Amino acid sequence: MLGHYLNLLVRSIFLENMALAFFLGMCTFLAVSKQLKAAIGLGIAVVFIQTLTVPINNLIYQYLLREGALSWAGLPHTDLRFIGLIIYIGVIATMVQILEMILDRFVPRLYHALGIFLPLITVNCVILAGSLFMVERSYTMTESLVFGFGSGTGWALAIVTLAGIREKMKYSNVPEGLRGLGITFIVAGLMAIAFMLFSGIQL
Amino acid sequence: MKSKVLQHLTKPIITTNPVVGQVLGICSALAVTSKLETAIVMALAVTFVTAFANLAVSLIREQIPSNVRIIIEMTIIASLVIIADQLIKAFAFGVSKQLSVYVGLIITNCIILGRTEAFGLKNPPLASWLDGMGNGLGYGLILVLVAFVRELLGAGKLLGLTILSVNTEGGWYVPNGLLVLPASAFFLIGLLIWALRTWKPETGKE
Repeated sequence: MLGHYLNLLVRSIFLENMALAFFLGMCTFLAVSKQLKAAIGLGIAVVFIQTLTVPINNLIYQYLLREGALSWAGLPHTDLRFIGLIIYIGVIATMVQILEMILDRFVPRLYHALGIFLPLITVNCVILAGSLFMVERSYTMTESLVFGFGSGTGWALAIVTLAGIREKMKYSNVPEGLRGLGITFIVAGLMAIAFMLFSGIQL
Repeated sequence: MKSKVLQHLTKPIITTNPVVGQVLGICSALAVTSKLETAIVMALAVTFVTAFANLAVSLIREQIPSNVRIIIEMTIIASLVIIADQLIKAFAFGVSKQLSVYVGLIITNCIILGRTEAFGLKNPPLASWLDGMGNGLGYGLILVLVAFVRELLGAGKLLGLTILSVNTEGGWYVPNGLLVLPASAFFLIGLLIWALRTWKPETGKE
């Protein structure tokens, strides 16, 4: 049983890396990876929110939206899956807001370190995708907890690595038109190939 | 006057292209481009959502209090995405299975929120609608270009029809396996940016 969860964790971090295998959260992935420090802050924030929202959306899906989920309320034939999207994005926005307030009140240092990245996470597609994958693959509560943590960590790992490479790349002589964004794409592509080496790993 | 309004439609297609110029909405641009069919459906869905989200936001722009505008915009976008999602499920079920979560992810596609924020909130409805349309088409153009190359050279097909007969089926063309892999989309978009910035250096100055 533990093996199953460990396997899921490894898979969501390395094999099915949200950034490099599914291209999720690309806008922030490319925009915030200029500096290592910022990348680390954003990475931590994503892990946080992802670990919180995926299980919460899982509960909502299981007990409110799924076909027949409302049978405890006497509505066995109701299927509310079509409004899922609005609900998930609402939950995400709310969680981000709550976390922001909690951090501001109790851990002001972390709050200031994360700064603008926290609210930006609402529109980071990794988070919404986490919840959508959870629904599509019908994870259980524990599985979605593990998956949320794993996929967040995988994304954080990818952005921190890319930021490290980009900091080093300042010293390279890149062709004029390719400078900045173009070369970042190429580097990300090479990283994606490197991450493919993990495929086939199973615990 | 008329041409000025139309500029909102034509400008984002090349000059201020959302994908290669402003680097928005990359996620789906990379993920759905291994086949031309999915790319076209995705491009249509995004164009639909951007155009009408921009129109809707522009229509009620006088009424939206600025501190809750993001929530209102998100609600409008999410509702439009649900409509698009249901339509794709109804009329192209196979494609909707292949697109999987990426249709839902149109909500968090930064092109749409970006356009409503930057354009819809400040401009009259017709211009906003055209601007949304133009940005959607600009996004679609990149999607279709990348998908064209990936499907043609990666599988020897276009829209499922065989163009280059592949050697595994007795043809002459050895398919390039790299182009089927997700990583190739990164390379293709990187090269596209390179090409566009060499051709028109004024695009996307950082």
